[in-house]
Order: sequence, then structure tokens, then C-alpha cells
Amino acid sequence: MEVPILKQGEFLIATIQAALSDADLEQLRLALVQRVVRFRSRAVIVDVTAMDVMDSFASRTLREIALMIRLRGAETVIVGIQPEVAFAMVQLGLTLEGVATALDLEEGLDYLNQKFKTIN
Amino acid sequence: MAKRESPPRGSALKDPDNLELARNEAPPELLRELVAHLRQNRTHLREEWLRRISETRLLTAMTKEEIFAEATSVYDSYVEALETGTFEALQAYARNLSERIIPRGVETHEVIGIVLLLRDVLARSLFAKHQADFEKLNRILDAYEPAANRIANTVAVGFVQERERVIRQQQEAIRELSTPVLQVRERLLILPIIGVIDPQRARQLTEQLLRGIRTNRAKVVVIDITGVAAMDVTVANHLVQTVEASRLLGATVIVTGLSPEIAQTLVTIGVDLGKMNTVGDLQGGIEQAERLLGYKVVPSTEPR
Repeated sequence: MEVPILKQGEFLIATIQAALSDADLEQLRLALVQRVVRFRSRAVIVDVTAMDVMDSFASRTLREIALMIRLRGAETVIVGIQPEVAFAMVQLGLTLEGVATALDLEEGLDYLNQKFKTIN
Repeated sequence: MAKRESPPRGSALKDPDNLELARNEAPPELLRELVAHLRQNRTHLREEWLRRISETRLLTAMTKEEIFAEATSVYDSYVEALETGTFEALQAYARNLSERIIPRGVETHEVIGIVLLLRDVLARSLFAKHQADFEKLNRILDAYEPAANRIANTVAVGFVQERERVIRQQQEAIRELSTPVLQVRERLLILPIIGVIDPQRARQLTEQLLRGIRTNRAKVVVIDITGVAAMDVTVANHLVQTVEASRLLGATVIVTGLSPEIAQTLVTIGVDLGKMNTVGDLQGGIEQAERLLGYKVVPSTEPR
């Protein structure tokens, strides 16, 4: 199942809407890394609100997405991790180190706007 | 203590089969004789019982007068239960008694001990009375023993049940009291933790905090552990995990009031201080949280 990626001004927003297979995740990684430069986006938001399970592969892929996008010159924010999912993740040692997180899409946008306002 | 009226027979008894058995074994005229004997010698037998209680050093938490008053009503209820064969009044009395004496620190073995003593005192008096007629003594004991054992059982079970009820109630109260998640400003939560944290309470704290972060849309959380003297390695690890999980929800955690012992534990488990924000006391924690949220506290222009 393909993840829709929307362009919203200077940001790209990818909303995961159901459980993803490993192949879907890899495809998402590729699509985001390609488009962030093609659209000259400043940041990417990945919304995981609909994910009620986050395994180690998904968590590692999200972290890789964030690091690769930084190398491509943009920011990444992961938004909408559910409380139960968050605690299960840290118990497995999956803490998304070095990746920005926010409560939901609105917070994520807020965080990025703040960040770019201070830079400009 | 007022003597209780025995409830109508057969009304809502706990286990009528067992009771029926006890009554079948005891021919009514023998029981009547037995009860009459116990009534007649009430004062003497009660004195003997009290003497045995203080001899075995039971009920040390109570004064002599209290023991006397309780012993009198236990004795009367006991005889009444023997007479009527219904244990409801006794059950109610045992519950009532337990309610009064549990807060005084009376232990289970003491309650069971005094009931067994009473059973023995009464049995001895039956021996003394009927020692000439062994045949009759046997029949009287046949009538007495099942009922007496059942009374001991009833009182002991009543006491233990009451104690368990009290313990359950207290656990419930502690659970409810122990985890307040409070909003002090828009998007700022504080979580004051007081007392001992065991793994179960730690799990509950984390659950409440993460849920609180989402419902209050919190950005910063101050966890104050001034009231926690020490924590073991498991709980310290759990605290670190809570901090990380909160970050995944987009909230920054500031931990305040770490005691030297807890600091030692955290260093021992090798906590990554880059992940954990700590400030000395709650005031400092709230000030830092306000800075993170962009608040600035300015004194009003006119000091009073």
C-alpha cells in the first residue's frame, strides 16, 4: 500500500494510513528522499498516528529517513506516535535518537515554522 | 453489649447443607442441656477464659476492660450460636469485632487463639461436669465439637475477610492518590512523585503521564521526585524510558529533586545525560520549563 505524500508549501507531508509492510516502508523512504530535492522542500513530516504497532524495522527505517533527509539538506519531524506505541518502543530500545518528534501534525508544523522563523 | 436477636432460621444462610448436618448430629435435648450449663456457669467460665487469655499473652494491644467487654459479648454470641445453630449473628458480630480491633493492631493468630481457648475452656467444663458418666460425656461432645469448630471457623474467616477488605480498600486509595498529573500552565504539566515507587506504580505513572501529555497537549513535563528517597535499578531504568517515551510524543521532560542516592543509581546504570534534563529543585524546573515555552516572568510595575 502506497503512502500518499502531499506537498504543503515548503514542506512534504507523508501520512501513513495503515500498517505497512517492509517493502512499503522502503518505498516510502525512496520516494521521500527523491522528492525532497525535486520539490526543493525544507522539511518532511511523517505522520504515524494510524500505526498502532511500531516494530524495529519500521523504527529503524524512520530514523534512516530522517538522517538521509538531513543529508539531502532538509529537516524531518515524526508526528503522532501513540502513547502505548511510544512506551513499547522505548522498552525495545527504539528511541529514534536524533530525530525530532511532535504530538501531532499541527504541533509538527508549528515546530517547523518556529524553527525556520528563527533561522530567517 | 446488647444481645443480638437470632435471625429467623433458614434465612439466607451461607451453606445450609453444612448447617443441617451439624444440627442433625446434635440431638436437641443434649444441646439444650449444654446451653443451659453454659448459661448457668457464665460468670465462672468467662473468668476462666479471661485468665487463660492473659496467661497466653493474647490481645496485648487492648486494655483489660476492653478485653472483658469483648469477651462477654463473644461468649454470649458463642452460646447463642450453639443454641440456635445459626451462624449469621455470629458472622455479623465477627465482622463488627474485626472492624473495631484491626486498627488496634490485633493479629489473626490472636483472634483465632482466643476462640480456640474458649472452645477448650468450655470443653474442660463439660469434662468436669460429666466425668462420672462417660457415655453421656461422649454424646455431649459429639453435639458440642462440630458446632464449636464451626464457630471457630466462622470467626476466623470473618476476621481474615475483613482484613483483606481493609487491605484492598487501602491499596485502592493509594493507587488513586499516587499519580496526579497536574497542569500548571498551558502546555506545562507537573508530576510530583512521593513515596516508594515499585515497578507496578512506575508503570502506572508512565501510563498516566503519557496519556496526560496527549490530552493536555503538553510540550514540557516536570517530574519532581523530591519525595522519593531511593529507587532500585529497575525503576530507575523505567524512569529513563518514561523520559524517552515522552520525547517520542514531542514533550520535553525535566526531572527535578534527585536525591544523592538516586543520582548514584542513575550513574551506576549509565544513564545518557544528553537524553535527560535535570534541575536541582522543583522551582528551578518550573523556571526552566517556562523558558522552554517562551514565558517570561516579570514583576508587576507596582510592588506592594
